[in-house]
Parts: sequence; structure tokens; C-alpha cells
Amino acid sequence: MGWALVSVSSDLPVLQYQPRDGRQVVVLGGVWTSQYLRQVQALLVRQRHRLTEVSVWDFDQVRQLDRVAAGLLWQVMGERSEPDIKAQAEHRQLFQEWQDAEPVVNPVSPFSWMLMCAAWWHVLASFWAHVEHGLVLLGSLCLDGWQVMKRPARLPVAEIVSVLYQAGVRALGITALVGFLIGIVLSYLSSLQLQMFGAEIYIIKILGMSVIRELGPLLAAILIAGRSGSAMTAQIGIMRVTEELDALSAMGISHSLRLVLPNVVALLLAMPLLTVWTDAAALLGGILAAWHTLDISPGQFLLTLPNSVPLLNVFLGFAKAAVFGVAIALIACHFGFRIQPNTESLGQETTNSVVAAITMVILVDAVFAIAFMNRGMM
Amino acid sequence: MRDAIKVDQVYTRFGDKVVHRGIDFVLPDGEILGLVGASGSGKTTLLREIIGLQSPTSGCITVMGRPVNGAVGQTQALSMRMGVLFQKGALFSALNVFENIAFPLREAGLQQMSLLSRLVAMQLRRVGLKPDDAWLMPSELSGGMIKRVALARALVLDPDLLILDEPTSGLDPIASQSFVELLNRLHAKLHFTVVMVTHDLDVLKRLCTQVAVLAEQRLIAFGPLAEVLRCDHSFVREFFYNEHARKVLA
Repeated sequence: MGWALVSVSSDLPVLQYQPRDGRQVVVLGGVWTSQYLRQVQALLVRQRHRLTEVSVWDFDQVRQLDRVAAGLLWQVMGERSEPDIKAQAEHRQLFQEWQDAEPVVNPVSPFSWMLMCAAWWHVLASFWAHVEHGLVLLGSLCLDGWQVMKRPARLPVAEIVSVLYQAGVRALGITALVGFLIGIVLSYLSSLQLQMFGAEIYIIKILGMSVIRELGPLLAAILIAGRSGSAMTAQIGIMRVTEELDALSAMGISHSLRLVLPNVVALLLAMPLLTVWTDAAALLGGILAAWHTLDISPGQFLLTLPNSVPLLNVFLGFAKAAVFGVAIALIACHFGFRIQPNTESLGQETTNSVVAAITMVILVDAVFAIAFMNRGMM
Repeated sequence: MRDAIKVDQVYTRFGDKVVHRGIDFVLPDGEILGLVGASGSGKTTLLREIIGLQSPTSGCITVMGRPVNGAVGQTQALSMRMGVLFQKGALFSALNVFENIAFPLREAGLQQMSLLSRLVAMQLRRVGLKPDDAWLMPSELSGGMIKRVALARALVLDPDLLILDEPTSGLDPIASQSFVELLNRLHAKLHFTVVMVTHDLDVLKRLCTQVAVLAEQRLIAFGPLAEVLRCDHSFVREFFYNEHARKVLA
């Protein structure tokens, strides 16, 4: 077998027609291999109509023929059982192989209402599986909490500190930046409206209330859900792929104690702190914008702020942040354990984790808003 | 007979660490070469350089008359003539067996489902799998089946050169034996050239027509097994003349 890799024009697959003894003969030449697959396909498509009238196929001048090209030719021959082929045994064998091959058939079942119902049932069942697994996770976390309370030495302190650093300290930059920018935008847009009514001084109350009660915790939570929630999900998922989860189980170490609890505790601690940080950055942005557009000095702003925002709002913000943190960590771990050992599942569940975490954060926020409707407003 | 692979004065260095110090050999067409060496002796690096995943620091590797790492078009044409079986199979985990085997065909431009499904069927039969296995996902396969599917994918374009990285690692003795038999049978039928990295003496004895021994960054022996056994290097003695080796090679 020669290599025939050099792209000389004589290598290209060619064919020509020759009438021989009153029969239409096609003489093929050149290299007919998968390397020239595009040329072979183009040639066969161009000559499709004429080739159907051919009765004898002459392969004597073909330098090289492989299985793929033979398959294409076999198809053009109309998948006939006995085409008149003039070829050496080696090439003839290829056509015989195609002749003998049974295609693999995908057992796809046809559409039916039963299948439709089954698909809906499947959706319901998978939703139930989510709820069930979530409850199991929460339950085992409570049990772990009880264990740790009985024997505080079992608290995975090193893991908690590590997650605190990864999810908390390393998020300081992005939360400050986003908070600062949102503060500027909010303050600038509100001040334009307030100026029309001559009610400039209310900018302090508007900013203070919205940032401390709503935006600070929410912004921090959404950023952490996208940043650390996805990381937690992917981390647990990769541990499944590399069988590290099984190794932990084999050593008799509880997944929830070693993997879930540190994440939950760390976010429970980190989220309120990040909220203070984001609040500060957003207020700083707001103060600067108010100073610039409304000429309210930072000193005046800071002196008026405690009087216009009731203290309850600060604690409400902390409480919300803590609940957000627990929700983000739990959802991230829940989806992490659902990852199957393949690339597609890893991407899918990580996306689901972030979407579910952000949705849950907004849902919890709405619940808080309703529960504390008349508290801390004045 | 043309030369399938020509390795010419290959030097490889990673930072301060020298991996190859002038490796030099020529492998004729149709041979089965086994690369042997202690771990860290640069076998896998040499294999990766032949595939073109890595370039040597200096020196030149020619595969089927063409330099590896040449122009982009050339490299692509070359990689179509070369099938690679990675150590863990490297099947695409998001695709089922059918799509994994059909992948190189689709990339080459073959789209007709009637041809694809027949070719996949032929490949499955070639490597000794059932037609129904086509619809399994890689995560549902056993170690031996993963190797077989990966071999089917590597051979689907009928390459002239097959590269194997530890073909029997992770297989039990029975699966490993039947995989060696399968390779032997396919080689007898398709006449491709094989380059493999292996630690398995059984594979070396039953499959390889040529053996290359790498040690101390150099090629210390190259030739048929019987010839390599006569080499008087400490690694060769350690590797081929121990209790286990005596039993296998006897």
C-alpha cells in the first residue's frame, strides 16, 4: 500500500465514460479515499444522473480505494446486489463488506399519548426527586449540626476557613465594584427626579432604605450565587467524576459533614459581612453622586443617615443575607451531587444550580418583603 | 516498503529537565513497535511528539513521508491517516457509542445516515461488540468495552498508522488477552503500522515486531525482541530478567 499523501493533481479521484461492446463503462482513476472525501462526494453528486445509466464499473486504474469511498460508490450503484465490477480482489472485497453490512437501527419508539404522559410523569417525578433530595440534604445537615454540637472537635474548621476565604475574601473586589456603581446610578437617577420637586434631602432616605434593606443583600447574594455557587457545584461534580466522593464514603466520612456543612457555615458567616461591605460601597457611590449633583456634603449625608433609616433595616439586611447564604450553599451542593460523570451533565447542572440559586434568592427576598411589610419603614 | 516513521536526532527539554537526548530511529511500514522504558523516561512524550500534540525542542519527526507539525493543511491530512487510542479511551462523554465512532466520519464530511449506520455496524463487529451497544453512553461501558469503542473510533477512517498509549492498562488479564488478540487479528487484516507504549511483557512478546527501549534520555536498544534481550544495559536486565519476565518470556 502506497501512501499517496502528496497532493499531485493525478491523485485526485477522476472518472470517464467509455462505451465498450455496446455497454456503458465508467473507468475510475486516482485515489478514492476518505482523505479526498469532499472531492469524491462532489464528483459523484455532479455525475449522479449519468452514473445511473452505467452498467460496468472499471476500477483497474484506481490507485487506492478505501471503505468510505467504496461505500459512497456502492450507494451510487444503487446498493445493487450484483454490480458488474471490474476490480482487483482487494477492492472487490470492500464492496462485498458493504453488501454484507447490516445498519445499526436506533430503537426509537413512535409518538403516542402514552409516551407523552410518560414524559410528563417523568417531569413530575424529577421535580419530586429534587424536593426529596433537598429534604434529605437538609435533614442530614441538621443531624451533622447535632453531631457537631455534641462533639465540637468534629467541626471541619479548616474547610470552613478555606471556603470563607474563597467565597468571602476573594469576592470583596467584585462586590465593592458592583455596589459602588449601582450606588452611583441609583443616586444620580433619583436626584434628577427629586430636584424637580425640590425634595433633594430625601435622597438620603431613599438611598439608605433601598441599599441597606434591599439592594445590598440582594446584590451580594446574586454575585455570590454566580461566583461561588457555581464553583461549589462544579467542585462536587468533579469529585464525582474522579470517584473522590466514593473514596470519602469508603473512609466512612459523611459527605454532608465534610462538603456541605463547610459551604453552608462559611456562606452563613460570609454573606452578612459581604452585605455590610456592599452596603458601604453602594452608599459611598451614592454619597459621591449626591455630592456632585445635589451638593449634599458627605458629612451631612452621614449625619442624617441614622435618623432616616431605622436600625431594624440593618438587621433585616443581615438576616436576609444569612438566609440567602444558606440557600445558595444548599442549592449549590444539591445540584453538585446530581452531576453524572460526563461533560454534558457537569455543564447542565452547574447552569441549573446558578439559575435555581438566583431564583431562590429573589423568592426568599419576596417572602421577607411580605413578612416585614410594615416594619422599619418610618 | 516505505518508512512509516522516521525520528531524527530528537532533543526534548522541559525547562531544565532534559527528556530526550538525541533519539534516532526508523520504523518501516507495517511493523508493530513497542516503546518500553521506566516511568518518566519520556515514552509518552515521544508518542505525543509523533502524534503532533507536542514539538521536540530540536530534531525532526517524519510520519509517512511528511514532517509532523508542518503547515496546518498538511497536519490535518496527516491526522486523518493516523488513529490514536488514548490510555483511558478519551471517548466523548456527551455522545453515545454510535456518535463517538461516527465522529471522525462526520468531520471528514460523510453525512449520509445510511452509510454512517452501516460503517458503525462494521466497526462494532470488527472490534467484537454487539450492534445494540451503539446506543450506550460511555459512562455505561466497562473498561474493556471503552478500549474497544475507542479502537473502533481510531480505526474508522482506515488509518495507515495506529498509535496506542498503554493499550492493556486497566484491563483484567482475560480482557487484556482478548484485546491483544483483537489487535493481532486487525493488524493481519488491515496491515497498518502500530506504535505503542506498553509495560506489558505479554503484549511485547505476542504483538510487537520491534521493540524500542528508552532509558537515561536515550534510545538504548531498538530491534526485534530477541535482539533487544541481548542488550547489556542495567534497565534492560532489570526489566526483562526478573522472576515475572522469565515466566512470560519463557
